[in-house]
Amino acid sequence: MFSSTKLTSTKTGTTNTSTAVDNSSSTDDQYSAAAQGQLAKLWAWIAEHPKSIAAIVLLISMTLFMTLNVNGYWDFALPLRGKKLLALMVVGYAIGVSTLLFQTLTHNPILTPSLLGFDSLYVLLQSLLVFFLGAISFTSIDPLAKFTLEIVLMFGASLLLFKLLFSKSSQDLTRLILVGVIFGVLFRSLSALIARLINPDDFVVVQSASYAQFNTVNPQLLGISLFICVITAIFVWRWRYQCDVLMLGQAQAVNLGINYQRLAFGLLTVIAVLVATATALVGPVTFFGLLVCALTNRIARHMYHTERLILVSLVAMICLVLGQTIFEQVLDMAGVLSVVIELAGGLMFLALIFMSQRRSL
Amino acid sequence: MSLFSPRTHARLKSSTAPSVSSWQSGTGNVLHRRTVIPPWFINTASLILMGLLVLLSLSIGVADFSWSGILQSLLTQSANSDSSLLLVSRIPRTIAIILTGIAMAVAGMIIQVVLKNRFVEPSMVGATQSAALGLLVVSLLFPASALIVKMGVATIAAVFGMMLFMLLIHRIPPTDFLMIPLIGIVFGGIIEAVTTFIAYQTESLQMLSVWQFGDFSGVLAGRYELLWLTGGLCVLAYIIADKLTIVGLGDNIALNLGISKRQVTWIGVGMVAMMSAVVVVTVGMIPFIGLVVPNIVSRLMGDKLRRSLPAVALLGASAVLLCDIIGRSIRYPFEVPVATIFGVVGTVLFLWLLLRAPAEQ
Repeated sequence: MFSSTKLTSTKTGTTNTSTAVDNSSSTDDQYSAAAQGQLAKLWAWIAEHPKSIAAIVLLISMTLFMTLNVNGYWDFALPLRGKKLLALMVVGYAIGVSTLLFQTLTHNPILTPSLLGFDSLYVLLQSLLVFFLGAISFTSIDPLAKFTLEIVLMFGASLLLFKLLFSKSSQDLTRLILVGVIFGVLFRSLSALIARLINPDDFVVVQSASYAQFNTVNPQLLGISLFICVITAIFVWRWRYQCDVLMLGQAQAVNLGINYQRLAFGLLTVIAVLVATATALVGPVTFFGLLVCALTNRIARHMYHTERLILVSLVAMICLVLGQTIFEQVLDMAGVLSVVIELAGGLMFLALIFMSQRRSL
Repeated sequence: MSLFSPRTHARLKSSTAPSVSSWQSGTGNVLHRRTVIPPWFINTASLILMGLLVLLSLSIGVADFSWSGILQSLLTQSANSDSSLLLVSRIPRTIAIILTGIAMAVAGMIIQVVLKNRFVEPSMVGATQSAALGLLVVSLLFPASALIVKMGVATIAAVFGMMLFMLLIHRIPPTDFLMIPLIGIVFGGIIEAVTTFIAYQTESLQMLSVWQFGDFSGVLAGRYELLWLTGGLCVLAYIIADKLTIVGLGDNIALNLGISKRQVTWIGVGMVAMMSAVVVVTVGMIPFIGLVVPNIVSRLMGDKLRRSLPAVALLGASAVLLCDIIGRSIRYPFEVPVATIFGVVGTVLFLWLLLRAPAEQ
């Protein structure tokens, strides 16, 4: 599936240019031929350097995000927007990288941790903590200790979930996804049930713990998240070649001298940590990771993690920052971005399913 | 016939269990094979269960209420607070619960037979979500229109949503029986995202949440009577039960037996759409009843609808009654919506069904 995506991407690239030639040849043959040559060259250059292009687009969208519609009060606007920008970028990095690693680990390009219920698990853990500890002791724990506790719990729980999902039914992908989706629904229903059982004060605490908005980013949480991003980035970057080998399949990876148990354990830890981080900052988003990874696989030149890890972070950041800029400043519709992303991601999921369906027929 | 293979397969596998004696008795018909317990026994047992639950449901509540008060008012032929409470609140609520349970369970059974898939229900084919979308649109455009108009629009929207879904799954091979619910869940999620977007933009999220979240706390005399319509539809379903069963056996068998598959399918789809729309309009979505109850009944009594529909209806009513009683007593005197309780109970039961079914070969 991975390799054939690559093939189609080159195919569409060539068809694009050829249709463009047909359209303009009627006007001025020589001029347009030259222009087409330039265009094709530009296209080729763009296709050759997806990382640089993505970086440039990201810089432009960051600038737009920081400067659009600022009416003079720069010393007020810049720190406020800077914090939001940082949060958006952290979330983009966390969701993009965790989904990519999850797809590598499961050898499957239509899975994301959220589709299998991992981030509703985080919300459920929050509710359970408040339920058992009470709001007062929950809020009075040191944020770093609390986050560590959550990560440990989250990691243990996702390990159990992962074992359950992948031991029995890894052969049967449809069942696996369906079971995962239903687990997600179950976790959400349980959180909703707990939310009804605790008293309203505790409920507010759960709410703010599980769905912090971009507008009210907790500086302390943002600091921890940044720290986590840096640490995970170091680990992931060191594992990037092993991940390439892992994509050949578990048996081949073991044959080629990968310590599969250790690598899988490490990857799962990183995924759990990143999912917890992203969920703590913005709440669950089901299909965003899928959307971003599908885009990345489409524009990346090859499937090496060295390229795709960087690219997926950049693409995810662009989607969030540019999307937020457009919806907040241009269209004046603040909270809509997540809905649009979910919509696009859901459609992408259906498209991927139908594509794999046709191929398997 | 291939559509039945997963189910037949399940039966073959579980037939080693000692309780399944009819397998050896060789009734010959696939439909009768699992019938161990006679239907009259199941029906009587579920009727008694329902009666007990009705009594319990009538006597639980925040307001003071005593059966002796009722007796007194009956003896003295005068209305007192107990009897008026019973007439205005408790009895309507209980009737609404029973009708909703019957409607959702029967609708689930019908859609499972028509789509020839054990793992679907009205909220997994986009019916309930489309009904909510239609209802929202008509309430925004023509807020003053009569309830019957709104319900009509919701029904039409539900039919359209199901048509779109059937178009979507048209190309999926029927042997891939878990793909259909998976696509259905994502499809329903997409419609829900659109609905939420519209509601968010028009500031009617609160109105929407009433329909998206099944809850009987608002049911009083005069606010639930629309649900009787679903009772009529269930009678209709019982009348055409044999035709539905034959359509469920497969296209060729239906053709051989002289049943217009197209016509019966459309009648079934229309009935499911109407039941979902009525339930959404009056009490809101309650997921998973239509999935769990028909599956359990079908395991007990086979797939012959004329035989199993009464049990489906009775058990559906009992399930919702039980969940409503749990919801009312788990955090007395506050109330947990029945949809939340059923979200937990239903998902657990569904996971159990999914994980115990054999893998597709």
